[in-house]
Amino acid sequence: MSADFAHRLRRHDGEALADARSRALRARIVTALGPATVLGGVIWAVVQPWRLTLLHPHGQGVWWLIAEPPLYVIVVGLVFRLVIAPSVAEDVERAP
Amino acid sequence: MIAGIMPQAEFVHWWFATGFLMLGLILLSEALVGREVWAMRPWRTYLWPGLCFVMGILMWPVMAFYTNSAIHMVAHGSWAEVLMLCGAAELGVARGKLHSQYWRLTSSLALVVSGTAFLVHEQNAWFFSRAAFLHHTLGWTALVFAAFPLALAFRPRSLVAASGFASFFIVLAVLLYCDRDVAPILGHFSQFAGVPHR
Repeated sequence: MSADFAHRLRRHDGEALADARSRALRARIVTALGPATVLGGVIWAVVQPWRLTLLHPHGQGVWWLIAEPPLYVIVVGLVFRLVIAPSVAEDVERAP
Repeated sequence: MIAGIMPQAEFVHWWFATGFLMLGLILLSEALVGREVWAMRPWRTYLWPGLCFVMGILMWPVMAFYTNSAIHMVAHGSWAEVLMLCGAAELGVARGKLHSQYWRLTSSLALVVSGTAFLVHEQNAWFFSRAAFLHHTLGWTALVFAAFPLALAFRPRSLVAASGFASFFIVLAVLLYCDRDVAPILGHFSQFAGVPHR
């Protein structure tokens, strides 16, 4: 094997490794978006518990019982994590 | 009678905030992985344009039932129109019926129209109430962020432009979640704004 060829091969391996690392990082970020959103919703619920009328439902009308913004945020995070993120992360890894 | 059984305006703002939050997450993940990876599963390419279009349709009943002045109605109508236009153009691109990348300019147009509508239809000053403050903030935010989809039309692979466009919807969701029908803003509250509740 010539030195030039070996050098090119090593450089190619380095690029492939960097590409694999970049893909893994992007997959991890996409997978983390959902849990980060859920965490945001949980923190909001703890900071402003009065936004959750379900915690004190007595005397509340039906719309106030449906309107639970921190729970909406948590649901969005869960839906994204369970429905969208897995396929995206999988495709990032196997993309050509 | 109808007003008694209808949800309050702030609830509707929170529901739209939820849709925009999902839209933001979808666009952000598309920006992160790139269009090629995102398009590996055809159903994904329809996600954000479809959601945008549906939110445009849902804006029409909001316009019909929640507006109490002509300018308010025009603002909500314009949001419904640009949401549907933007969603439809992106659906056309995703389906392959539209080919030019410049169809993405509709997103920028949507933000400019939306921002202008926010600013024009808010007749009160910034610190009149929380709703007034949020309208001004939303308007200027939409106008500033319109630069990102504009850049995206000319540089479709730009990570900064795509992430900026996605983050607009997350910021929009946060601002809409902050909205209350009648509430103070940073300690300010006009005596003419109404009686705060909850």
